Amino acid sequence: MRVTKASLFSAAGGACCWSAAASANTSNGYNLPIGVTSLSEAMYGLHMEVFWICVGIAVVVFGAMIYSLLKFRHSQGAVADTSMVHSTKVEVIWTIVPVIILVVMAVPAADLILKQEDMRDSGLSIKVTGYQWKWQYAYMDAADGVNFFSTLKQDSNFARQLDSGIDPHSVPNYLLDVDKPLVVPSGVKVRILLTSMDVIHAWWVPDFGAKRSAIPGFVNEIWFRVDPGKEGIYRGQCAALCGRDHGYMPVVVDVRTPDQFKQWVEEQRAAEKQAQTPASSPPAPAAPAAAAAAPAALTATTARNLN
Amino acid sequence: MAHDHAADTDHHDHHDQPASGIGRWLFATNHKDIGTMYLVFSLIMFFVGGAMAMVIRAELFKPGLQLVDPGFFNQMTTMHALVMIFGAVMPAFVGLANWMIPLQIGAPDMALPRMNNFSFWIMPFAFTILLSSLFVPGGAPAGGWTMYPPLFLQGGNYVAMAIFAIHLMGASSIMGSINVIVTIMNMRAPGMNLLKMPLFCWSWLITAYLLIAVMPVLAGAVTMLLTDHYFGTSFFNAAGGGDPLMFEHVFWFFGHPEVYIMILPAFGIISEILPTFSRKPLFGATSMIYAIASIAFLSFIVWGHHMFVDGMPLAAQVFFMMSTMLIAVPTGVKVFNWTATMWKGSLSFEPPMLFALSFLFLFTIGGFSGVMLAIVPVDFQYNQTYFVVAHFHYVLVPGAVFAIMAAVYYWLPKWTGNMYSMGLAKTHFWLSTIFVNVLFFPQHFLGLAGMPRRIPDYAVQFSDWNMVSSIGAFGFGLSQLLFVVVIIQCARGGARKASAEVWDGALPTGLEWTIPSPAPYHSFTVAPEIK
Repeated sequence: MRVTKASLFSAAGGACCWSAAASANTSNGYNLPIGVTSLSEAMYGLHMEVFWICVGIAVVVFGAMIYSLLKFRHSQGAVADTSMVHSTKVEVIWTIVPVIILVVMAVPAADLILKQEDMRDSGLSIKVTGYQWKWQYAYMDAADGVNFFSTLKQDSNFARQLDSGIDPHSVPNYLLDVDKPLVVPSGVKVRILLTSMDVIHAWWVPDFGAKRSAIPGFVNEIWFRVDPGKEGIYRGQCAALCGRDHGYMPVVVDVRTPDQFKQWVEEQRAAEKQAQTPASSPPAPAAPAAAAAAPAALTATTARNLN
Repeated sequence: MAHDHAADTDHHDHHDQPASGIGRWLFATNHKDIGTMYLVFSLIMFFVGGAMAMVIRAELFKPGLQLVDPGFFNQMTTMHALVMIFGAVMPAFVGLANWMIPLQIGAPDMALPRMNNFSFWIMPFAFTILLSSLFVPGGAPAGGWTMYPPLFLQGGNYVAMAIFAIHLMGASSIMGSINVIVTIMNMRAPGMNLLKMPLFCWSWLITAYLLIAVMPVLAGAVTMLLTDHYFGTSFFNAAGGGDPLMFEHVFWFFGHPEVYIMILPAFGIISEILPTFSRKPLFGATSMIYAIASIAFLSFIVWGHHMFVDGMPLAAQVFFMMSTMLIAVPTGVKVFNWTATMWKGSLSFEPPMLFALSFLFLFTIGGFSGVMLAIVPVDFQYNQTYFVVAHFHYVLVPGAVFAIMAAVYYWLPKWTGNMYSMGLAKTHFWLSTIFVNVLFFPQHFLGLAGMPRRIPDYAVQFSDWNMVSSIGAFGFGLSQLLFVVVIIQCARGGARKASAEVWDGALPTGLEWTIPSPAPYHSFTVAPEIK
């Protein structure tokens, strides 16, 4: 998708990717995605900086090794200089120089950590809860009350069964599509609050440079802001082994313009009201409003899966 | 250092020759027999763990689920790690220590021979328990070798079996370490002060201290898991006021030194082999020792870098990033010293040297990806992806495993008295080196492109590199059969008899080359004099 300076990497990578299959993210198939947020771009920049420093060191160190392998061969009559056993000067130099290089890498890195950890002034907070094996998205702030589960899409779920006979290539966005994606507005700083109801999960969207663990008993935070003009669908996966179906709980985020987002929130509220009115005879429907309606919601999604 | 070993015949012991039959092995107290048993055990486990890796790579050969159920896939990844770490790499180093430390310091045997027997014979039982969990209801551990709760505690019978097996392995490691320390501290030949001691012994001395320091920590962590599962405690159960993250801290306080336990003896081996075949003494030998000691110290203060994505205070993120990057300094010193050892040397390329050179290049690549992983803000993208898998396999396979193979090729003629087939050994080397890169290099690309680790199936854009990686895996796995062929041929007579010095024409230094090949059953019964 994106062929910029990353193409330099392909030279180092040797034989490169031969199929530009429908990409889940802005990665070119062998390098980090540049992504669509200021954080992901900064992460990509730092990644490439450190990568080229490593390449530079590799050229010098491997160069010296290869030169020795070619030049000082016993079979070609090389005679060892057995007096060369120690040199304080050289050893001090090759201790100090790496320290300097590391500081050069560490300073911008520390700077970027500060940006990543700056949770102030967010425009929208969403509580994301991990379950085996689905995500629950509970909106706060302007979209307060919107609350739903997001599960692997049915066609992927059929295709992924052992010996299903369905070719994964025939399934659009195989394993990376959900029944109901997280919807967020562009241009707004979105704060994700992560926790889990069972085991440790990790929520990850590579294009946002956003990954953090969802741990029972803890609330972790991350933020991202998708630049206006970059609206679209972005895909990721659970990144922490969470049991049998760890590979089958994708994260899909649908980024819309603020107006479209507002409209979407209205639709959600209207749909929820509609769902509640006909069923108002038993006293049960207080459940969806309660944040801790996990068992009820679980049954709902299970029922949906069985349909 | 020249001395003859006529002393060896001057026995005042009634068993000069090995006992016959199974008793020789069951009741072994001879360091050479125990060393051999450790090495054979480790080779068997290498193939058991390797077979699991083949299952993993076969399932990942193409997208979709063709061979195994996702639950069984998770059992394979978990068991592959446990078997390779605790069953293959660590016992191999202990086996080498048993064989070589007494020979290198001029001691007649290990200091505590009966404990030596005990520490070996625990291992087959530990692994029988661990591997038999594959056949109990619920199957083998499937929550990753890191055993993070609450996932690990969702298991069935394997919880108790795995924890008991780990306790046994830990006890074995601690006893082995005590033996190494006591032997090195008390049984060096007269005149061999610590700074004259070979680098392999030095690396093992430091490793042994690391083991004694961290194995009880692992034992504590898994014991808390055990009581959480069976006795209703809530050490790691958030619902009971416990802290699941605390397990990760405790585990990685063990786990990070553990990775150096698996690489420091490799450093020692490489520091023995490179000078021999460069015909030139090790450059900066003293700074090599300081570098190993610095790495060992730093290994205790970097554990947090395994947990950046789990959420950590800002100051802790910066601290663990800095301390982790610092490890690159002593590691760099080692790589530079090895390069300087070859510089102006006179190099020849026997199999041990080939494996050592492969180690030098490929371990350094693993070091580079290690520096990249230390950079916290980008680690958020790398963590839990195949980039991490590529990184630690580069340091463990062409790192630790190649060093073990280099050591076997280096000392095998001394152990058996026979020279192995150079042609077969070199074929083994080239196949291994080529396939290990086909296997692991593409995993860097997969991780960067966004493929998480520990998944049995993947989105189709990851297909190409996974197929390449699987082909590399099958090639690498098959090539290792050659290793067995070389060893068996050599043990049965080999290509020719080996001389006492084995590597005539090169520059093998150390006491082990002053005794005949094969090394007599009892060596250095009278301590050699070191000047």
